[in-house]
Amino acid sequence: MIRTLPRSTPISRLLLAVTIPLALALLLPTVYLALRAAQVPSGDALSYLTRAGTLRVIGRSLLLVGAVSLSAAAIGIPAAWLTVRTDLRARRLWTVVLTVPLVIPSYVFALALVGALGQRGFVQGWLAPLGVERLPSIYGFWGAWLAITLLSYPYVFLSVRAGLKGLDPALEEASRTLGRSGWETFRRITLRQLMPSITAGVLLVALYTLSDFGAVAIMQYNVFTRAIYLRLSLDLGLAALLSIVLVALSVGILVLAHITEPRGSHYTQRSARVPRRVTLGRWQGAAQAFLALIALGALIAPLGVLSYWLVNGLQHGETVNSVLAPLQRSIRAAALAALAAGILALPFVILQVRYPSRLSHALAQGAYLGYALPGVVVGLAFVFLGAKALGALNQTFGLSDYRSLGLLVFAYVVRFLPQAIGPARAGLLQVNPHLEESALTLGRSRPRVFLSVTLPLMRPGVIAGVALVFLTAMKELPITLLLAPTGYTTLATQIWSASSEAFYARAAAPALVLVLISALSLVYILDSDD
Amino acid sequence: MTEPAAIVCHNLSKSFGPVRAVESVSFRLERGHFLALLGPSGCGKTTVLRMIAGLETPDAGTIELAGRVVDGGGASMPPHHRRVGLVFQDYALFPHLTVAENIAYGLGRGTERQARVATLLSLVGLTGYEARYPRELSGGQQQRVALARALAPQPDLLLLDEPFSNLDVALRTQVREDVRQIILEAGVSAILVTHDQDEAMSLADCIAVMFAGRIHQIGTARALYEAPVSRQVAQFLGEANVLPGDARSHSVSTALGELPLRAAPLHGPVDVLLRPEAIDLSADGAGTAARVQRAVYHGSHQAVWVTLADGTPLKVLTGPEVDWLPGAPVRVQVRGEVLAFPRADG
Repeated sequence: MIRTLPRSTPISRLLLAVTIPLALALLLPTVYLALRAAQVPSGDALSYLTRAGTLRVIGRSLLLVGAVSLSAAAIGIPAAWLTVRTDLRARRLWTVVLTVPLVIPSYVFALALVGALGQRGFVQGWLAPLGVERLPSIYGFWGAWLAITLLSYPYVFLSVRAGLKGLDPALEEASRTLGRSGWETFRRITLRQLMPSITAGVLLVALYTLSDFGAVAIMQYNVFTRAIYLRLSLDLGLAALLSIVLVALSVGILVLAHITEPRGSHYTQRSARVPRRVTLGRWQGAAQAFLALIALGALIAPLGVLSYWLVNGLQHGETVNSVLAPLQRSIRAAALAALAAGILALPFVILQVRYPSRLSHALAQGAYLGYALPGVVVGLAFVFLGAKALGALNQTFGLSDYRSLGLLVFAYVVRFLPQAIGPARAGLLQVNPHLEESALTLGRSRPRVFLSVTLPLMRPGVIAGVALVFLTAMKELPITLLLAPTGYTTLATQIWSASSEAFYARAAAPALVLVLISALSLVYILDSDD
Repeated sequence: MTEPAAIVCHNLSKSFGPVRAVESVSFRLERGHFLALLGPSGCGKTTVLRMIAGLETPDAGTIELAGRVVDGGGASMPPHHRRVGLVFQDYALFPHLTVAENIAYGLGRGTERQARVATLLSLVGLTGYEARYPRELSGGQQQRVALARALAPQPDLLLLDEPFSNLDVALRTQVREDVRQIILEAGVSAILVTHDQDEAMSLADCIAVMFAGRIHQIGTARALYEAPVSRQVAQFLGEANVLPGDARSHSVSTALGELPLRAAPLHGPVDVLLRPEAIDLSADGAGTAARVQRAVYHGSHQAVWVTLADGTPLKVLTGPEVDWLPGAPVRVQVRGEVLAFPRADG
C-alpha cells in the first residue's frame, strides 16, 4: 500500500507559494484578452460575430479541423498497426521515417508544397510536356488540408502505436478461444481497447489544426488564426473577440481529451509476451507502397524541394552565412524558454503528484491552459499587454519598444509550459515514493532527498520536456513574428519574410537548418522515451 | 539506571478521512528484542510502522524512541532525525546508485564511511557486489542490500514492512533465516509487520496480533497459539475447526460428545475450537462416528476431511500411516482439553 505524505507540510506550503503566483502570471494574458474583448460594445460584438464573413471563418475552421482529423486518422491508424502488429519489413526504419514529419514547421512544409504543386511548381514542370497547362490551385482548403494532414498524422500514429503496445495479447487470445474470428476480434476487442488512444491522437490533431498559423497563412486559407492575424493591425478589439472564440473551441477540445483519457494511464502495463505478428504475405508490397507514399508526401518531397532551392540558390550567388546569426538567435530564445519551462515545471509537478489536493489539481489545470492557446493568441495578448505597459514605461524609462527577448521568452513559456510539465510529471510518477521515504529515514532532510534521489530519477522526464519545449519554441512562428524585438531575426521569421517576398531560395537554407535541429531534438525525445 | 526501552507506544490513533486505521495502540519493546505486528491486510499494522518512522503523524498518542519522545504533546520529530531504519516490501533501493552507494547513503561524510560499508557488506554476505546496481541483483540479494542500508547508520530501531512477500516461496525460508541471523548479529531492536503467521512465529520473540486498528493480544508464539484471547486470534494463528457447543462449567457438550474445557468455568452457548492436530482418527474404537470425505497425503503427515453424522465437517491432521479412502467409516476422538469462546451472537 503506497500512501503519499501528509498534505500540509512546510514543503507543500512553499510549493503553493511558488506556483500560485506563477499560475496567475500564466493566466494573465488570457484574462487580459478576455477583458479587452469584453470592452467591445456587445451590439458590435454580436453583429461582428454573426456577420457572414465571420461565420465563414468559423465554418472554414471547423471544416478544416474535421477533414484533417479524419485524414490523419486514416493514415495514422493503419500505419501504427502495420509497424506494431505485422511482419512488415523494415519496421523500425518506417517508425522513424513516419515520425519525423512532426518536426517540420508547418510554414516550411506549406512553402515546399507550393513549390512542388503550385503553378510553375515542379510537378507542373514535369507535366507540361504532356500537355497539362494548369494544375488545380494549391491555395485554399486543399493546400491547407494536405499540408496539415501530412504534418499532424504522427500524433495519431504515435498514440495508436503506444496503445497497441500496451494491449494485453491475452485479451485477443481469449477472444479467439471463445470462437471469434480474427477480423471479429480486431473489431470487437482490439479496436475497442484502442479507442482511447485513437481519440487522444485525433484530438491532438484537432488542437494542432485549430492553432496552426503557418500553413493556413501560406495557403491563404482564412481560418481563425489567419483572420486574427489580419485583424491585428485593423481592430484589436475584434481580434481579441475572435481569439476568445478560438480559445473556447480549443478548451472544448482539451476538455474532451481530458474526459476520454484512459484511466490509470500512467501505470504502463507492459505484458511480458509479444503478440504474434500478422503475416502480410502478398499484402507486403501494398503495405510498403502505402507507407512509401506517405513518406514521399510528408518527408521526401518537402526535403527534396528545399534541397533543390538551396542548391539552386547557391549556384546563383546566395550564401549560407546569412543563416548563422538567425540560428544563434533562434537557439538563444528557444534555449532560454526551454530552461525556464523545465525549472518552472518542477514545483507544479511535485505539488500535483506528491501533494494531491483540489488546489494543486486546479493549479496544474491552469498551467495546462497553454495547450489551448494558439501562438497567434498568445502573441496578440502580449501585444496588448506590451502596448499597455509601454505607455507607463515610456514615461518613466523612455522605452520606445515593448518587444524584448525577455517578453518573447515569457510568451514561449506561457504557451509551452505544459509540454515541459507532461514528461516531468510522467518522470515523477515513476519514482516510487518509498525511495524518498527510505532516504528520509536514513537521515537526509527533505530538500536533500529531492536533490539526491527524486531529481536524478525523474531527470529523463525533465530533460525530455526541456527538449520538447526547445523543439517547439524553435519552430514557433506567430509569437516570434509579433514579439521578437526589431532586428531579432530568427530562423522562423527569416523563412517567413523570404516566403512572403517569394524569395524561396532564401528560405531554403534556414528551413533545412531548422528541420535538422528539430530532428536532432526529436531523436533525443524518442530515445529517452524507450 | 535502567536502559530505556527501544520503543514505547502509548494510545496511538490515526484516521484517514472517515477510516479509523489505528485505534489506541499501545506496546513496549525492550532493547534488542524483536516484535512482530501480525494481522490481515488493512488492519492498520503498516500505519503503525509508518507513524513510528515519522512518515505519518499520529492523530493522538505518544511514541518514545530510546527514551526520546518523538511524537506527542503536539510535536512530531521529522523522519530524518529519528534514527529509525526502514526496510520496505519493495526494498526501495535507489536504482541510480550502486550497492555501495546505497548502503553509504545514510552515512555521514568521513573516513569510516568505506569501512562501515565493507562491514555491512560482509555482514549480509555480499562482499564483492559493491559496484553492482540494484537491477543486477536477485530478489534475495536486493533484500539484503536494503537491510544493510537500513542498518548502516546504526539505528535505534529497525522496521521491516512485509519484507519477504516479494520473494519466491522456495527462497523465503532461507532468506528469513539469513535476516534473523543478521539482525541478531547487529544486535538491533526490530519490529516486523507481516500477515504471515509462520513468518511472525519464526522470527519474532513476541507477537502483537492486530485486527481493525486494534491490538488484540501480545505474547510469545506459544502463548498466542495455546491461549488465544479470542476466536479471531485463534483462527488467525493456525487452523481451527469451530463447533457449536453448550458449556456447563468445566466441560462442554458438542457433536463430538462431552469435552473437557481449558479456560473454565464457562456457561451457555459457546464456539468450541478444535485444532486439527488435536483430533485422532481410528477405523474402529472409541469416539464419534464419521465418514471420510477426502484425504491429502503430505508425506510427513496427511490432512483428512471428515463429516459427522449431522453433517458437521472437520479437518484432521494425522500421521501418514493409514490410507483413508473417501466414503470409509471412521471414528473421531478429541485429545486433551479444548478452547471455547462465548458465542458472539448468542
